[in-house]
Amino acid sequence: MKSCLIVDDSKVVRMVARKILEGLNFAIDEAEDGQKAIEACEKSMPDAVLLDWNMPVKSGIEFLVDLRAMKDVEQPVVVFCTTENDMSHIQKAIQAGANEYIMKPFDSEIIESKFTQVGLI
Amino acid sequence: MNVNDFELISQLLKKRSGLVLSEDKAYLLESRLNPVARKWGLSGFDELAQQVRKSNDEKLLVDITEAMTTNESFFFRDQKPFDQFRDVVLPYLLEHRATKKSLRIWCAAASSGQEPYTLAMLLKEAQAKLSGWRVEIVGTDISQEILDKAKEGVYSQFEVQRGLPINLLVKYFTQMEDRWQISDDIRKMVTFKKFNLLESMAGMGQFDVIFCRNVLIYFDQPTKSQVLDQMAGLLANDGFLYLGGAETVLGISDRFLLIPGQRGIYGLANEQHAVKAAG
Ligand SMILES: C[S@@+](CC[C@H](N)C(=O)[O-])C[C@H]1O[C@@H](n2cnc3c(N)ncnc32)[C@H](O)[C@@H]1O
Repeated sequence: MKSCLIVDDSKVVRMVARKILEGLNFAIDEAEDGQKAIEACEKSMPDAVLLDWNMPVKSGIEFLVDLRAMKDVEQPVVVFCTTENDMSHIQKAIQAGANEYIMKPFDSEIIESKFTQVGLI
Repeated sequence: MNVNDFELISQLLKKRSGLVLSEDKAYLLESRLNPVARKWGLSGFDELAQQVRKSNDEKLLVDITEAMTTNESFFFRDQKPFDQFRDVVLPYLLEHRATKKSLRIWCAAASSGQEPYTLAMLLKEAQAKLSGWRVEIVGTDISQEILDKAKEGVYSQFEVQRGLPINLLVKYFTQMEDRWQISDDIRKMVTFKKFNLLESMAGMGQFDVIFCRNVLIYFDQPTKSQVLDQMAGLLANDGFLYLGGAETVLGISDRFLLIPGQRGIYGLANEQHAVKAAG
């Protein structure tokens, strides 16, 4: 079973995403901001991260930069999932090392499609 | 809905587009044809059937036929067939068409364009190997309305998120508020034309690859056979036929054989080239 860390400051979004990903057979962990997410990754690196952009303390993009700078770890697949849906944000995310990008609102079909594309399913 | 009206309209659909509707799908007639009825100033399905009996207005019949087609499509639908196209079919054709330097691909049920545009993007990604080649992608469909959408190449945020990798979105689309338009470069690679698969395919020319995905499922057995047998006549000896995930040639046409190890891709039964190359 693959693991996915869901990083979003909205409890509702985390819950919806958890439901969908559990349905796709992922073991789920949650974090409510980028800082907590880094701590979670230091403790145990997931196979995948579903990542919001705008969060207090540490944003998704800041988290991603820190994550990709971590040495001697098995880097996870990172899929952004955010309301930031303009080209410049998407490009910035790809440059920082995101593997895929979901523009909110999302549904189970989009999550499944994106996770399949990056080889997680 | 009375039985006679159901018979009238379902026979009309079968004759015009090949669509076979069983009686348990009668509700589909109502839900999809009520808007057509309203457009024509009629109260609903019953009056629409009456109108069809009275006059054979071609425009009305076209509206009915188009309203009943299922146009759902997405980029990189099922993914695997397009991986195979990039990794098996295209390398084969690059080698075996190296002197001719020409490639013709037909999407025979192109719908809103995602399938031909997916192929166009894959070919664009391989353009270094295709310089000096004449590449033609023909997308056809029975529905003019859906072809107009295909030509426009504008998709909703939902449509570009089903199957399309984000790096290709960034590379080949421009954003228009919450909609995304495919670039002219890609658009120009595809020629869209109205074509009914029930008609004679003579005059279509020869193709190296035919995509006929997720359309045969709507037809009955004889219609499927007739379409596939005609396609066999258009395919290059070592060409490739793609069917949809729920479709097969088994028991329908003996002109094609599954290419070993390549789910969903068929070659001509009497030819070994494609089979050997891919196997
Ligand atoms: C479900 S879509 C398939 C689109 C695409 N090939 C794919 O797999 O995503 C089916 C399409 O077949 C078209 N179609 C149905 N009957 C047809 C016919 N007799 N001739 C040509 N196209 C037809 C419909 O208009 C519709 O756009």
